[in-house]
Amino acid sequence: MLQWLPENVSTFGQGVDDLFHAIYWLTLIVFILVMGTLIVFLIKYRHQEGKKADYIEGSTTLEIVWTAVTTVIVFVLAMFSYPQWNNIKSPTQFPDNPDVVVQVSGKQFNWDMTYPGPDNEFGTDDDLELENELHVPVNAVVHIRLTSIDVIHSFFVPQLRLKQDALPNRFINVWFEATKAGRYEIPCAELCGFGHSGMLGYLNVHTQADYDAWVQERWPQ
Amino acid sequence: MHDNEHASHDHEESFIRKYIFSLDHKTIGKQFLIYGLIMFFVGGGLALLFRWQLAYPDQPLPIIGASQQYLDEGEVVTGADKMWERIYESDKEEWLEINMPSGVITPEFYNMLFTMHATIMVFFVVVPILVGAFGNFLIPLMIGTRDMAFPILNMLSFWLAVLAAIVMAVGFFVPGGHAAAGWTGYAPLSADPQWTGVEWGQNLWAISLLIQGFSSLVGSINYITTIINMRAPGMTFFRMPLVIWSLFIVAILLLLAFPVLSSALALLIFDRLAGTTFFSATAEGGGDPLLWQHLFWFFGHPEVYILILPGMGIASELIPVFSRKPIFGYRSMVYAMIAIAFLGWIVWGHHMFQSGMRSEMGNFFMTTTMLIAVPSAIKTFNWLGTMFRGSIRFTTPMLHGIAFVSMFVIGGLSGIYMANTPVDIFIHDTYYIVAHIHYVVFGGSLFAIFGGIIFWFPKMYGRYMNDVLSKIHFWLTFIAFNCTFFPMHILGVGGHMRRISNPQQYEFLMEPTTIKFLMWQFEFQGFIGMNIFITMSAFTLGFAQLILVFNFFWSMYKGKVAEQNPWQVNTLEWEAPTPVPHGNFGQIPTVYRGPYEYSVPGEESDWIPQAQPEHAPATGGD
Ligand code: HEM
Ligand SMILES: [Cu+2]
Ligand SMILES: [Cu+2]
Repeated sequence: MLQWLPENVSTFGQGVDDLFHAIYWLTLIVFILVMGTLIVFLIKYRHQEGKKADYIEGSTTLEIVWTAVTTVIVFVLAMFSYPQWNNIKSPTQFPDNPDVVVQVSGKQFNWDMTYPGPDNEFGTDDDLELENELHVPVNAVVHIRLTSIDVIHSFFVPQLRLKQDALPNRFINVWFEATKAGRYEIPCAELCGFGHSGMLGYLNVHTQADYDAWVQERWPQ
Repeated sequence: MHDNEHASHDHEESFIRKYIFSLDHKTIGKQFLIYGLIMFFVGGGLALLFRWQLAYPDQPLPIIGASQQYLDEGEVVTGADKMWERIYESDKEEWLEINMPSGVITPEFYNMLFTMHATIMVFFVVVPILVGAFGNFLIPLMIGTRDMAFPILNMLSFWLAVLAAIVMAVGFFVPGGHAAAGWTGYAPLSADPQWTGVEWGQNLWAISLLIQGFSSLVGSINYITTIINMRAPGMTFFRMPLVIWSLFIVAILLLLAFPVLSSALALLIFDRLAGTTFFSATAEGGGDPLLWQHLFWFFGHPEVYILILPGMGIASELIPVFSRKPIFGYRSMVYAMIAIAFLGWIVWGHHMFQSGMRSEMGNFFMTTTMLIAVPSAIKTFNWLGTMFRGSIRFTTPMLHGIAFVSMFVIGGLSGIYMANTPVDIFIHDTYYIVAHIHYVVFGGSLFAIFGGIIFWFPKMYGRYMNDVLSKIHFWLTFIAFNCTFFPMHILGVGGHMRRISNPQQYEFLMEPTTIKFLMWQFEFQGFIGMNIFITMSAFTLGFAQLILVFNFFWSMYKGKVAEQNPWQVNTLEWEAPTPVPHGNFGQIPTVYRGPYEYSVPGEESDWIPQAQPEHAPATGGD
């Protein structure tokens, strides 16, 4: 089933995919064990003439065993997940010194990308605004200031394993590092009105040389 | 024991008193059941409409849609073309023209359809049937009393639900259309008409849910009082059947959770009509859109347990009866339900992992959410334990009980993926969640409902439902259900967002994919084929439900007449004569033992009714 996952092109995506696979195998095994037991019971203990059911009211030992075992599994799984989550979503753990900072702002029904320009400050003359086109270099840390000017949208790049809601009047920090050049879609993943379906931006991941050329073209010196 | 000496207050009543404004808990229960079944069809119909759009985006609907010739050249070919011709020529803007010109569903209408589908299924189908119908019918009968504590409140609860349904229905026909912000109604989309163009639709949605909230509140007060105060002599708490435990716990959840939704709805109405800014994001307003999400999910997560606990209760009745064995671990079943109900209050944040809530909170909510897997697992293992060394009879209610357990296992396991915060980043707001909710609510609650209806029908109407039809319905539903909803997990893994009306707008969903499975290779053109397959299955699933409803109404009048206790069950409802008279029992039964005394060693018969004194022979049906 996991063959359907889109290709991963982010540094943290592999961690997500590993957890996905781990849970896949865990749940598959539990599923097969439970269903297998169920089917065996259904066949073996079906009603047969002259055979009576056994009077069994329960077993404290068993109750303790399966409570303990599931609790342990759940905590172990959680232990492995905290660092991944913090790595992706906790602003205190983001890699410092981003190579690129962009403001992405959702609006019905487009993504507005704002580059601070060479002075690295938003709200100055050299800012560049692009509609639905995000340009970043490959293998570089990108920080996004995510916001919205109307309703809630959600910034989703399937190949980056990244999703974050964009809220009006709130700036949420998001980071990623893409590992492969290419053009990827940025659908909106949160219902935002009649144009929600088809609200699409593009993430253009360039090789460093291409990116430099693009910067040169936009802010000629 | 079954003297038909009527209770003193059983006198002739007028038709209106008896069938419409009835105070009798059994009639009110049946009214809720029929109400729920009607709404089930409305909700299902809406789903089929938007399933068509997902499989064949922007193509006219079958039957009522215009023909290709008409669309291309304006040439009237079919009857539907004639209708559209008439609609376009009239000066009035007609409903059909606004929502589905030429039979093509507009994006606005699409949003309205899935919003109302979920709203209706959650608030007008599953809760009314599980809590309203089964709660009303079963509680007094199973704890051995003559009626609910507050019969007038009980009647009020039903008629408020009818009023809520009418208000909700009106919303479809007001200018601007019905609510289109999802059943979760996230602000600011829902809070200000400028974002959707929906005016009174969203207001009516909120008002209707407020009324439905009152209905639930009144009902839950009644259930709690009745269960605490009116149990038959000898019916201690730990001799109550598990379905009564589940309804008791659910009533408490309803009582505590619904007021939270009601306050949120009231604030929403103020924002929309009085210009307040509770959920608005503007800096001057002082409001916050996330406040809505917190309030909604603080109610919403307990609500999803309200949707499943009575289903677990019903399954816990069906499985012991048809395995002829005591339920495995009765007390741990009760404690597990209490644990689920308690944990249900501290997990709401798992719906908001990607909302911008502080990331530390994600770790907390991931832990609590995954902990819910523990009581869920306990319940599953106990159901398996009940079947272990039993003598299983594959009656149709039992088939539903087994289906409930297996589908709930899938739904519970898929919950683990989403509880896991890093994985949820990817699958949040995709079809993965749609698969999850349908495995728990349709695969879980609805299979329990179907099983419960067939099981208690003989007590409700004195007749059996036709078993051949019930079996056909079961197998068709079981297969079509899995064909409809299992592939949605795959769509979710592929990143297919929920609530989009046209998946073909996205390249990554249309990419050719090769899937290897053992020695086979499959080629897919993105998700087009899978969406068509799902839609076909959904239509089959919808068709199968017609069989159930036909069977239900037909059997009411034409079904085989049932004995008093056809399934040989221990619990008290089967002590009452069939049809159950007003006042239920001739003499209030005394309870001598727990509800699941099946196959007791040394006993002649394999069941001992709760009301049977020590060592008297079993009575009832044969
Ligand atoms: C082991 C048990 C369960 C776990 C761990 C679990 C976990 C979750 C999580 C984490 C989500 C949010 C996913 C997201 O939005 O990204 C979710 C959604 C949902 N769950 Fe469960 N769940 C469980 C059982 C149930 C049950 C029993 C029901 C109902 C009968 C249920 C109904 C729902 C519904 C309706 C939603 C979606 C709400 C929406 O966004 O529209 N779940 N579940
Ligand atoms: Cu959107
Ligand atoms: Cu939840």
